[in-house]
Amino acid sequence: MSAAFLIEQLLNGVQLGVMLFLMAAGLTLVFGVMGLINLAHGSLFMVGAFFCSWIAGQTGSFWAGLGGGFLAAAAAGALVEVLVIRRLYDRDHLDQVLATFALILIFSELTRWVFGDRPLYLDIPPGLSGAVPLPGGGGYPAYRLAIIGAGLVTAVGLYLLIARTRLGMQIRAGESDREMIGALGVDIRTLYTAVFALGAALAGLAGGMVGALQSVQVGMGEPVLILAFVVIIIGGIGSVKGALISAVLVGVTDTLGRVFLPQLFGLFLPPSEATSVGASLSAMSIYLLMAGVLAFKPKGLFPVDA
Amino acid sequence: MPEASRETLVNVVLALALLAAPLIAVALDEPFYVTLASRVAILALAGVGLNLALGTGGMVSFGHAAFFGLGGYVAGVAALHGFEGSSFIAWPLEVGGSEHMLVIWGIALLVTAVVALGIGAVSLRTSGVYFIMITLAFAQMIYYFAISLPTYGGEDGLSIYLRSRLPGIEADDPLTFFLVCYALLLGVIYLLHRLVDSRFGAALQCARMNPERLATLGIAPFPVKLTAFTLSAMITGLAGALFAELNGFVSPSMLSWQLSGEIIIFVILGGVGRLFGPLAGAALFILLESFIGGLTDRWQLILGLILLSVVLFARGGVIGLLAGKARHD
Repeated sequence: MSAAFLIEQLLNGVQLGVMLFLMAAGLTLVFGVMGLINLAHGSLFMVGAFFCSWIAGQTGSFWAGLGGGFLAAAAAGALVEVLVIRRLYDRDHLDQVLATFALILIFSELTRWVFGDRPLYLDIPPGLSGAVPLPGGGGYPAYRLAIIGAGLVTAVGLYLLIARTRLGMQIRAGESDREMIGALGVDIRTLYTAVFALGAALAGLAGGMVGALQSVQVGMGEPVLILAFVVIIIGGIGSVKGALISAVLVGVTDTLGRVFLPQLFGLFLPPSEATSVGASLSAMSIYLLMAGVLAFKPKGLFPVDA
Repeated sequence: MPEASRETLVNVVLALALLAAPLIAVALDEPFYVTLASRVAILALAGVGLNLALGTGGMVSFGHAAFFGLGGYVAGVAALHGFEGSSFIAWPLEVGGSEHMLVIWGIALLVTAVVALGIGAVSLRTSGVYFIMITLAFAQMIYYFAISLPTYGGEDGLSIYLRSRLPGIEADDPLTFFLVCYALLLGVIYLLHRLVDSRFGAALQCARMNPERLATLGIAPFPVKLTAFTLSAMITGLAGALFAELNGFVSPSMLSWQLSGEIIIFVILGGVGRLFGPLAGAALFILLESFIGGLTDRWQLILGLILLSVVLFARGGVIGLLAGKARHD
């Protein structure tokens, strides 16, 4: 097994991890600040992907599509927050689970209505269609590298936003003491709408970028949603830093597991059995990781005490 | 207590309506509705199981499809080996399949109990959202495990060619099978009613509301919760075995997280912690699904809007709405 192959798989893992971070950041912010479990976060990912590929198809520009997907998801998020979500903040988690599950149904059906039943396809932007040579031979798709870069830039931007700006200060204050920031004269309703729209926009961005790697279809958000939940649970709910670290951990574990576990079992099992045992173990690997982490650290790797 | 008796009245009406529906359907020669009623009874049973953990014990399991699916796979695997005459395990003990429902139910209860003890022992170390998610994680593991079993159909699932037998009962007849499911549903609801009123039930409710007080009384909350979680899983597993027999089919979709979500929805929709809540929830959900589905292709949209209205405006679920009583906690 060559070093180039290993690097390629590691990069694939990091790329998946970065995507998961964009999803998980919004999920964990909304949970940390508003205490809300949002199962419909995957729907916002889907909305971003659909608008991105539709606008890109209409205008011929991937970048216009990506921007459009980002804005559409933010707008959908803000709208949903004003209409539904703000009625759920002081409800228990069960009500939130049911209401946001209902939102999944509504979003899926509306998307089918607007965009039709057929999946959409989105082309990789021409400037990024090539491969970048890897040390030790071979190449790596430039588009995937660009995703990693964009994700890391977003992570830094999000960090600066939360650590350095007035909005970020209010978000952090909202995480530790909701009543107090209201008493200090911050307009909580607007703040919550802004945070929710920000989370939605990040999910929409992730959806738009992934749209060029897979088909854009109704229901594409749910598998990613589950992974993003795994990420924020491992990282510690409410912690953006935890989300970043655990997203990369989950991405790399998942990707390397898929590639290497079947080979590992091939060392002492017949090939057909090794493939099936390896494949099943690798599909389970991140859940094993999550159960393992929670068994030792019941509040995740970077617990936020609120 | 006039309000409590009003809930009892609602419960009796619900139970009678579920019994009457397939009888009327047979009289009108509409066999589809007999199957639909069996579906309601079985999924309600799964919800009744979850309600013990979720409603009474405050343990929000997002992984009960794991137990539902395990029960289903027990029925499917037993039927496969029974049909082929092959053995499940050849050594050290010869274990073959079975065509007897009572045997299958027994194995389903045993398997789900063992798995639930393991999952519960790890999961109950956490609480709140973490508990929701770790139960989901375990269910996902079992889901992927089932997908990777080519012997038992992998992703495509497993067909059950012959419905298993019950001594002295013609279970192949749809109406008889419904009555079996209905009897099990009511039997389990009665047992749980007794359980919740017992000392164990009191300890379980105390473990939900105030675990410190329970510990001060000299009762450790952990074993109480673990027992309730395991019982809850066994009931849902039994429902799974019945569901596989009803459909003549079991597949990994019975283990999927969407199904866990649906079972939770039955419970919340009907009213958390109410004895007949899961029945009301399952009945309403399935009726909405089949009737709106018959009216329009956009049924998911309407179902979503109805669910949303229930959670926003009808707190305490359908039973809460009908019985006019505040939330149980």
